[in-house]
Amino acid sequence: MTPAVSDVKTLQIDGIDVSAQADQTILDAAREKGLSIPTLCHLDGLGDVGACRLCLVEIKGTSKLLPACVTRVEEGMEVTTQSERLLKYRRMTLELLFAERNHVCSVCVANGHCDLQVLGQAHGLTHVQFPYRYPKLPMDASHDRFVVDHNRCVLCTRCVRVCDEVEGAHTWDVMSRGIGSMVITDLHQPWGESDTCTSCGKCVQVCPTGALFEKGKARLVAKSRDFLPYLAMMREGK
Amino acid sequence: MTPEQLEQIASEETAARARNPRRLSVCMAAGCISSNSDAVKKALERAVAGGPLKDACPVTGVGCMGLCSRGPLVSTEPAGVLYQNVTPEDAGEIVGAVSGPAVERLQCSRELPFFKRQVGVVLENSGQINPERIEDYLAAKGYAALVQALTEMRPAEVIEQVSRSGLRGRGGAGYPTGLKWSTVAKARAETRYVICNADEGDPGAFMDRSVLESDPQRVLEGMIIAGYAVGASRGYIYVRAEYPLAIARLNTAIRQAKHLGLLGSQIGNTEFAFDIELRLGAGAFVCGEETALIASIEGGRGTPRPRPPYPAQAGLFGAPTLINNVETFANIPPIIRNGGDWYAAMGTQRSKGTKVFALTGKINCTGLIEVPMGMSLREIIFEVGGGVPEGRKFKAVQTGGPSGGCIPEQFLDMPVDYDSLAQAGSIMGSGGMIVMDDSSCMVDVAKYFMEFCMSESCGKCIPCRAGTAQMYDLLAKICEGRAALDDLAMLEDLCDMVKNTSLCGLGQSAPNPVLSTLRYFRDEYLAHIQEKKCPAGVCACGMKQEAGS
Amino acid sequence: MPPTLGKASPPSEDKRWKIVAATMRRHGFSRNALIETLHTVQQSFGFLDRPSLEYVAQSLRVPLSKAFGVATFYHFFSLKPPGDHTCVICLGTACYIKGAPQLLAEVEQSLGIKQGETTADGHVSVLTARCVGSCSLAPVALFDSEVAPRLNAVEMRGRLARWMPS
Repeated sequence: MTPAVSDVKTLQIDGIDVSAQADQTILDAAREKGLSIPTLCHLDGLGDVGACRLCLVEIKGTSKLLPACVTRVEEGMEVTTQSERLLKYRRMTLELLFAERNHVCSVCVANGHCDLQVLGQAHGLTHVQFPYRYPKLPMDASHDRFVVDHNRCVLCTRCVRVCDEVEGAHTWDVMSRGIGSMVITDLHQPWGESDTCTSCGKCVQVCPTGALFEKGKARLVAKSRDFLPYLAMMREGK
Repeated sequence: MTPEQLEQIASEETAARARNPRRLSVCMAAGCISSNSDAVKKALERAVAGGPLKDACPVTGVGCMGLCSRGPLVSTEPAGVLYQNVTPEDAGEIVGAVSGPAVERLQCSRELPFFKRQVGVVLENSGQINPERIEDYLAAKGYAALVQALTEMRPAEVIEQVSRSGLRGRGGAGYPTGLKWSTVAKARAETRYVICNADEGDPGAFMDRSVLESDPQRVLEGMIIAGYAVGASRGYIYVRAEYPLAIARLNTAIRQAKHLGLLGSQIGNTEFAFDIELRLGAGAFVCGEETALIASIEGGRGTPRPRPPYPAQAGLFGAPTLINNVETFANIPPIIRNGGDWYAAMGTQRSKGTKVFALTGKINCTGLIEVPMGMSLREIIFEVGGGVPEGRKFKAVQTGGPSGGCIPEQFLDMPVDYDSLAQAGSIMGSGGMIVMDDSSCMVDVAKYFMEFCMSESCGKCIPCRAGTAQMYDLLAKICEGRAALDDLAMLEDLCDMVKNTSLCGLGQSAPNPVLSTLRYFRDEYLAHIQEKKCPAGVCACGMKQEAGS
Repeated sequence: MPPTLGKASPPSEDKRWKIVAATMRRHGFSRNALIETLHTVQQSFGFLDRPSLEYVAQSLRVPLSKAFGVATFYHFFSLKPPGDHTCVICLGTACYIKGAPQLLAEVEQSLGIKQGETTADGHVSVLTARCVGSCSLAPVALFDSEVAPRLNAVEMRGRLARWMPS
């Protein structure tokens, strides 16, 4: 299917000419062209929320920074994805995350397979300037196969979205607000007692850190997420 | 009901008033009720019933008369005397003086600058009419604007008048109201909604509360006109659950308006239909943000979402939605009645009309005022507000709540409008003005607002969720005298980052109180850090010094 | 027990559930009515507990986790039963700069509890409010919903003493 001419927009990303379909986001267009923009809450196949702010980009003529994951391409747009300012903000965002809970990689099951770790390395994060908050959060191992360790959670809500949008169970959601937010299962019950959880494990697969992991694996193997775009494609084709 | 029938109710009401001009009005807004005006009203009723004026001098509850600090307030007609600090024991004396000379001991001069300098547009009926009787509102030209809009104007003409008036959103950001209306009107859709944001969340602000308690019909009329102008047939009022009196009066107002056919189908005997429902907020400041407010009306967590799409394109239940706050809607009926040009003649070049402010803090006349845009802060605080009490020295005035800033003395002669307040590092906000004297510590004030933003953050985006918590910790550290200069640099870095990267207005403006106090009161920060001393003597500096640097 | 589809039954025979059901009916059992319904539950019972959340969630076909997420997002909702009496200290800006922190310290000290807590005998709860909109009478506190204007520590102690069993 060839889109009509008017449905194609041409724009510049980091000085490179890019063409994209009108309904594509800046992130889609950039990645198609092999340009990388860091993301954390975004995952192909899940609805976007624009919450992590790592994919913020500069757009000429706009004073505000905009999230590439939800901002649609426009004709003649001039996008900058890598500037000193953006890199500084991204580093600070990551530092805030590292300082918010407990992300000591050396003792984490996700060490080596963690999106946060990869982002930290990519941004040359050698230390965190902010004081570590280390809240004492619980760990729930009541489920037969899975564990949730809230100390590792970055509140990206991928688990909430995959459970709602893809599995259709909506076992997960977020409780409280602000710095006290926490992901929960059902009425904040132990995961193992959840009536709605289908134990499908999708939440574990999409979790970017060691917050959700499978029992009995001292070291986590790489998570598999290819099923998401596939499921999305199959549903569209239906 | 036809326009003629409405007019008849109004003229009957006016005629009844003319036949018996004697009347005692007791302020029954929340402020005076807290000062016991309920008992005063009952005492006045008893005094009237037991004397020669029996059945000849109605005692009515009216809305806010403004000067809350001197409540309970009572006014008499036809003499127009205003009494202050009235107690139930004063009732006999006041009733006895209705037709004679005033009770001097209790009299509050109407010549006070507090009253003389005010211009009533939004508050024109406030303190004059009984907010629980629609007949009172009709007799005060109520619903004349709606009838005029429905019978003489096309929707586009209504929007044209609102645009000409130059009215800007009174909720805080100051977006041009006419432009907002026309965007919603032009959106292609079957269904559109009108929402009145009555989730007045700024601490130190009670303008919307007062308008809803004093003149609720005016807000309904503004919303119905908006519904006609943008092509909506349903409206919602999102009101704080913390305002039970406002909720009760709104419910009464909606019921009475329905009864007279001013809500429902065939309004004013035309084809236009419009309904209004109340939705209660539940204590979340972030729900003042438009997309969060919509999420809340839809029954969910009040978390904002990225814009675009703007609510004017895709809002409540995905339909184009017009959101204005209480004061904005309350301005609409007089604008339609008198024309947009009339309104635009008041105020400054870029901020037209009047603005309602809540004057509180270290100021003599606390209460509610309405003044033309462009009046200087000095006039507002020292003339209208009567200055700082107890001979203390003015230090700063806080405007715009947690999204605003503290304005120091050197800006007192600045005309108050959207642009000048922004230039001074604050914002107009919804209209709270909290005056601070030299007994307030500006670092402590900054910490207070950061605590507010931290616990009101929805937690969705990282900069606001984790950034406000880090900033709060740093401010606490400074207040406790445990901070070093590096901490100040980190605080400034965080301010810049949170301001530029947060998802919604709450996070983007959370650093403002810190930035404005750093700009004008940096020496106070430095005193805490370098000398471990709080100049105002508020913070317990140095108490925990051994724990830190 | 797996969540029952269709008609959910109220947690008890208590007549107040009829009021809750009426709210849901008035909104056509729409999912959007979650907050309105939780308001009715809290108004009728004083707080929200797990059985009531479960009943409302199932009646409105809202996921349990969402209902819990909403109930804990809004500070107006309480998941703990309130004391027989409630003292709410307003911490709005005007009250704050006019001495609300001292009032809060006073009440916390004299009752031996922190804000958000209830005395062990269930007699008094201490809460704080963001702003009750009575700024011109600052500092204020609400004693069982009645606004006490221009409050000071002495009057505060007097008000609390009135609640104490004689």
